[in-house]
Amino acid sequence: MSETKEILINSYPRVEGCDFQASWVDEIRINKSAVDRRISSLGGRRTVKKQWQAAWLLKAISCIDLTTLSGDDTPGRVKRLCAKARNPVRPDILEALGFENMKLTTGAVCVYHEMVETAVAALKGSGIPVAAVSTGFPAGLAPLETRLAEIRASVAAGAEEIDIVISRRYVLTGDWRTLYDEVRAYREACGEAHMKSILATGQLGSITKVAKASMVCMMAGADFIKTSTGMEGVNATLPVSLVMIRMIREFYAKTGQKVGYKPAGGISTAKLALQYLMLIKEELGDEWLSPHMFRFGASSLLGDIERQLEHFVTGRYSAANRHSMG
Amino acid sequence: MNISEIFETMSYGPAPEQSDYVHDWLKSHSKGFKLYIGGKWVKSKSSDAFIESHNPATGEYLAKFSVAGADDVDRAVKAAAKAFPEWSALAGHERAKYLYTLARLIQKTSRFMSVLETLDNGKPIRESRDIDIPLVARHFYYHAGWAQLMDQELPDQEPLGVVGQVIPWNFPLLMMAWKIAPAIAAGNCVVLKPAEYTSLTALYFAELCEEAGLPPGVVNIVTGKGDTGAHIVNHPDIAKIAFTGSTGVGRYIREATAGSGKKLTLELGGKSPYIVFEDADIDGAVEGLVDAIWFNQGQVCCAGSRLLVEEGIADRLIEKVKVRLNKFRVGDPLDKTIDMGAIVDPIQLERITTLVNKGADEGAEVWQPDVDCPTTGCFYPPTLITNVTPSNIVVREEIFGPVLTVMTFRTLQEAADLANNTRFGLASSVWSENINRALEIAAMIKAGVVWVNSTNQFDAACGFGGYRESGFGREGGKEGMYEYLKPIGEWQSQDGNLVESPKANDRSSHKHIDRTAKNYVGGKQARPDGGNTRVVLTHDGKVAGRVGDGNRKDIRNAVEAAFKNPGWSSATAHNRAQVIYYIAENLSYRENEVVAQLVSLTGVSKKAAKAEFDMSVSRLFSYAAWADKYDGMVHTPPVKNVALAVHEPIGIMGIVCPDVMPLLSFISLVAPAIAMGNRTVVIPSERYPLLATDFYQILETSDVPAGVINIVTGDREILTEVLAKHDQLEAIWYHGSAEGSRMVEKESAANLKRTWVNDGHSRDWMSAHGEGRRFLREATQVKNIWLPYGD
Repeated sequence: MSETKEILINSYPRVEGCDFQASWVDEIRINKSAVDRRISSLGGRRTVKKQWQAAWLLKAISCIDLTTLSGDDTPGRVKRLCAKARNPVRPDILEALGFENMKLTTGAVCVYHEMVETAVAALKGSGIPVAAVSTGFPAGLAPLETRLAEIRASVAAGAEEIDIVISRRYVLTGDWRTLYDEVRAYREACGEAHMKSILATGQLGSITKVAKASMVCMMAGADFIKTSTGMEGVNATLPVSLVMIRMIREFYAKTGQKVGYKPAGGISTAKLALQYLMLIKEELGDEWLSPHMFRFGASSLLGDIERQLEHFVTGRYSAANRHSMG
Repeated sequence: MNISEIFETMSYGPAPEQSDYVHDWLKSHSKGFKLYIGGKWVKSKSSDAFIESHNPATGEYLAKFSVAGADDVDRAVKAAAKAFPEWSALAGHERAKYLYTLARLIQKTSRFMSVLETLDNGKPIRESRDIDIPLVARHFYYHAGWAQLMDQELPDQEPLGVVGQVIPWNFPLLMMAWKIAPAIAAGNCVVLKPAEYTSLTALYFAELCEEAGLPPGVVNIVTGKGDTGAHIVNHPDIAKIAFTGSTGVGRYIREATAGSGKKLTLELGGKSPYIVFEDADIDGAVEGLVDAIWFNQGQVCCAGSRLLVEEGIADRLIEKVKVRLNKFRVGDPLDKTIDMGAIVDPIQLERITTLVNKGADEGAEVWQPDVDCPTTGCFYPPTLITNVTPSNIVVREEIFGPVLTVMTFRTLQEAADLANNTRFGLASSVWSENINRALEIAAMIKAGVVWVNSTNQFDAACGFGGYRESGFGREGGKEGMYEYLKPIGEWQSQDGNLVESPKANDRSSHKHIDRTAKNYVGGKQARPDGGNTRVVLTHDGKVAGRVGDGNRKDIRNAVEAAFKNPGWSSATAHNRAQVIYYIAENLSYRENEVVAQLVSLTGVSKKAAKAEFDMSVSRLFSYAAWADKYDGMVHTPPVKNVALAVHEPIGIMGIVCPDVMPLLSFISLVAPAIAMGNRTVVIPSERYPLLATDFYQILETSDVPAGVINIVTGDREILTEVLAKHDQLEAIWYHGSAEGSRMVEKESAANLKRTWVNDGHSRDWMSAHGEGRRFLREATQVKNIWLPYGD
């Protein structure tokens, strides 16, 4: 095991969760229009320019779960992605930023179970954890035993993070207790691996359901709550993120346990990534601005950030082909 | 700080908005701005002095501008009067094109204007850029639309003439837009005085007027201090004053314009409640507070300055507010990463500090977050005040700064009581996820705006304005257009409204059995408090009977009766309609008697009396019909929102009737008032009171609830003065003499009653001017309930 992996697991003990508390779900009140207004005004209230912007973009890179979740993934494709995770930014740019000694990598590489072994091997010694989507991702409708077995298999293959998908039907029917039990079972199956709980927010119907599902997943011991599989019609959005991270704040206030956050899908520009980081800073605090507590689930975001960084360094607008492919 | 360090700390850096090009413009005016009169930049005739404008965030000198004296204001009024005939005669479409051009120019120069506004006023660039200037453009767009549609939608209305407008410093451009756009859309010409702290954007706007090719004199901008404003207020050739500012100055303007015939709208102070129920989205409510009281440094007339929170969640909410405030960024208003900028002027800063200190002396607990606040410039930190009751000065007084007071409530009723425990009534916010609860309290709050689960939302389509001492009139919406228009041919000559009593020529009563008319108070006949009566003569001087000689205590009792019977105001419109129909029915039974009384008292022909009688019955039918048809509107502002513009009764109204057509005028005034749900204290014709006292017998048989119509007979002017000086009364309609009109307007200044006076003119009660929407508008006030939605 590499050094970083040990830090990740040892310094950031798993979220324990707690017993199911129905009242914590029932009491949740979310006003969608108020959420939307907060988001629409935040962009005008906060911004980062110049070296602040560069530093924040580097932070964003460190929080990316560099992802490939495609039916045509092959070991070759995954190895290339892992190489990009190790060296996400061209060395001359990092040097110009005075960042060459900061050992910048992405936060993780995220793949399907079949690609876990390849990824673990490709990332050996880098300290970059491998995350596996699991539990019948993306729909989560495989038999429960199959789903649990998939988690165990990925952990056995070396995945240190498991991105599970919740059963949306329990949310849609308000069967919170069953949802809790399901996520709790997934958590047990994860063993020492950290669990990200994917809500598939685009399929939950209302922002209040998103909040309630967030709370249930945290009670059940999710280390992260995550918006989307990337396969829903609507994936991560800033308003949904605001609601989820406010639930994280609420859960922390209730239990003292800090749950991480991962927006996934649809975050492909540097500007949007900065808005996410500002939202986290404002609503959760600086402690969450680290790969231990925050991740972007993204595949094309890195490319845009690279171009922005080169622009900062040279003053010239960059081109995609000037940066290595992931 | 290098990149690696920032990477570790994830701090914010400076993000200044560029302003050099605005400074270049200011430098190009280094000799000082002149006055914009008649389309030209002219030197002040009255004074060589200049007023300096400074950036409140830095103290930096920005520019200097002229001081307009009486001569200059007069010149501006003359220029406006000269422009008026042509401007008002333009086709609506032609005026619409000018307003559209202005809207487009504002959009094209929006960043320049935002920066200039922020430099001059100290508000964060985010606010001037994202809120003020877009609303300014929106206002001109919207009113370009009214200019276009006026001929179709407001066909019986005409513009007033020269309008004088005096605006405050907290939203310099936005308030200017709220004033100028509707005024010129309607065909008026304006003389506007911007606030002395913040005149620069108005002067820039004058340049845009030149660029738009606006005809000279349509818009005149005169700068100066309070004296300049006073010259405008007192100028005899100005037809209307529109003022936004403090309640104190508003009161002065009401007194100064009393009897002048000037139309008046006042948008004044507030101490708006911000109510949070336990079923609210608390995080949403906390963020809403940021927009409510820490918007524009709290220098907002409709700022949600009184937080009322349900007791059970108070601690949790206050804790969350504190957490939020600890992330506040206070600083250079031109920085794009701040929440709050500078207070407009050291004088205002001093006022805020003094009030907060006084509040603390009275026992308030003052909390301020531990955030960096610039030590130079005009800054005051966001402030949270707990441990206060309604008697504390910080709860009572409008602070006009970033200061929030917190009180708790137990029930919805108590929340409403606390919300209404103020002289003001401008705005309010209600936070609850239960729509039943939110709409219930929205109806109970006495304020011109209720923002449900939101705050400080504005749109040109939604009228804005206050109840009570927050002023009267609305800005925006169709109701805002009416403030700049008048019905064509509404008033007739000064003659014919009042009728002199003839000389008594026969002491004997011509009636067979003595009838003693009393006052009618709280649904009962009441002997006049003073125990005296007055003789009423027939047209030929015979004694027709006696009526009570009411005094101030009779008025007091009548108002008390109206106050104690609020049910009518919340009765259904259908219910009110039924009662009014029933009055008509019962009146019609007594045709012969009433017609004979009219003939005997007024000396008109039987045919004329019959016509008056028939019209009276018809008029009652009209208002029974209107009771459930003068509906409000549903606005759809350009956000995900509906705004319910509800027509609410004003409350308790005083109605003073003319002598002419004593039955018809009495009914024409009382019926619309009660149809809209008001309770009334009526002073009937002094000359012919018997028509009204006969009428109360009809009321007694018509299921009119007690206290809805109270009738006090006696000396019109004496009784009217008591009404005008009664602070429980919220409106007064007066149809008497010119001098009486002046008195009513003057004495109403104390509690800023809505007044509608005839300035001694008469009205043709038999014509279309005797009934209709005109009366209903005066009998109601618009409350906009904003309902954002989404799930």
